[in-house]
Amino acid sequence: MSAYLADVAALARKDLKLELRARDTLPAMLLFVLSTLVVFHFALPADAGEDAAYGLLWVALVFTALLGLARAWVAEREAGALDGLVLAPSDRSAIWLGKTLATLAFLAAAELVALPAFVVFFAPLDASALGGVVLASIGICAVGSLVSAMAAAARGREVLLPLLFLPLAIPLVVGGVGASISPDPGTYLAFLGLYDAVFAILSWAAFEYVVTE
Amino acid sequence: MDDALVLRASGLERRYGSRAVLRGISFDLPRLGALVVTGPNGSGKTTLLRLLVGLAAPTRGTLEIAVDRGRVGYVGHEPILYRELTALENLDLFGRLYRVPERRERIGMLLERYGLWDARAERVSAFSRGMTQRLALCRALLHEPALLVLDEPHSALDEDGAVLLDGELVSLAETCALVVATHTPERLDGVATTRLALGRS
Repeated sequence: MSAYLADVAALARKDLKLELRARDTLPAMLLFVLSTLVVFHFALPADAGEDAAYGLLWVALVFTALLGLARAWVAEREAGALDGLVLAPSDRSAIWLGKTLATLAFLAAAELVALPAFVVFFAPLDASALGGVVLASIGICAVGSLVSAMAAAARGREVLLPLLFLPLAIPLVVGGVGASISPDPGTYLAFLGLYDAVFAILSWAAFEYVVTE
Repeated sequence: MDDALVLRASGLERRYGSRAVLRGISFDLPRLGALVVTGPNGSGKTTLLRLLVGLAAPTRGTLEIAVDRGRVGYVGHEPILYRELTALENLDLFGRLYRVPERRERIGMLLERYGLWDARAERVSAFSRGMTQRLALCRALLHEPALLVLDEPHSALDEDGAVLLDGELVSLAETCALVVATHTPERLDGVATTRLALGRS
């Protein structure tokens, strides 16, 4: 178990190091989420209400995540590095978990900027809304890392990724919006937790079949 | 499979759609044998090597490999490295994943031997093709493989690098099984125990 976690840590650390050097994912995510919120701020009618604003927050977060996921496996695709990871004797699910953690770190960094901006532009965020963001982000990164690996191996990857990812992200958006606006946010938070658990286990188990022919 | 063998392929076939890239490939490779694979471009050399290391599965036929995944070394067409990591960081990452004992000493020794010690802190993106190929060889040798599979390993190497590799292959043939796909089979005359010539399907 400790060897498995050490592999996951080494792989996630590698992704963070690559991003610190290349800076080709996080700046784009930050710029996108901020500019989207600014545009929504001016586009939304003054009488639109807070519920509409929460919906737009989730649109911004999901597409920001998609931007990060589209670049998640670029370093592995260049120079065939994924072959080296697949051939290593470590458990192949460690590759998925390392990528999920790194993607989650990038998304969390984008959210650290986006959520205060949302509060300034639109409406306050209570604890249940923040809980929804945390749980949905975990689900987005767990499922997204798997489907982006599938898309990375395909020829039409730019088209394939949104086609695979967005339908799977819809329940997360529903859960996130529900946790933000419902009088009973506990139900939506429980739903998000269940989604995370089910899809994380499925992704963990399926990853090996995605990266081998 | 016989204990003396490291690989046994019988009737291997690999298709992509309706196109057969490989058909009817059979051979045995002893534990300290060296198989040299030749053939023109498009004859399926790379596909065969990817089958042997487990990166692809045969469409038909059987392939028995008496070596764990972690004891296989592979240098493919791509260097299998991270371009934005340094030579040292790349080898350290793969050394961790391959559980290489005394990793730092082994990495230092390989970088010295392949003339990359002075460039150890440079990113691979700044390397020439020849240096990248040398580093790819270091990565493949890091965990002291029992089966080493090399796809055109002399490509991109200058004459000094190619001579160095020739010498390395002679000494490696005493400790592990080799499979080498090459357009210059005469460089491997000293080590080859089996030859396989592929033609276009």
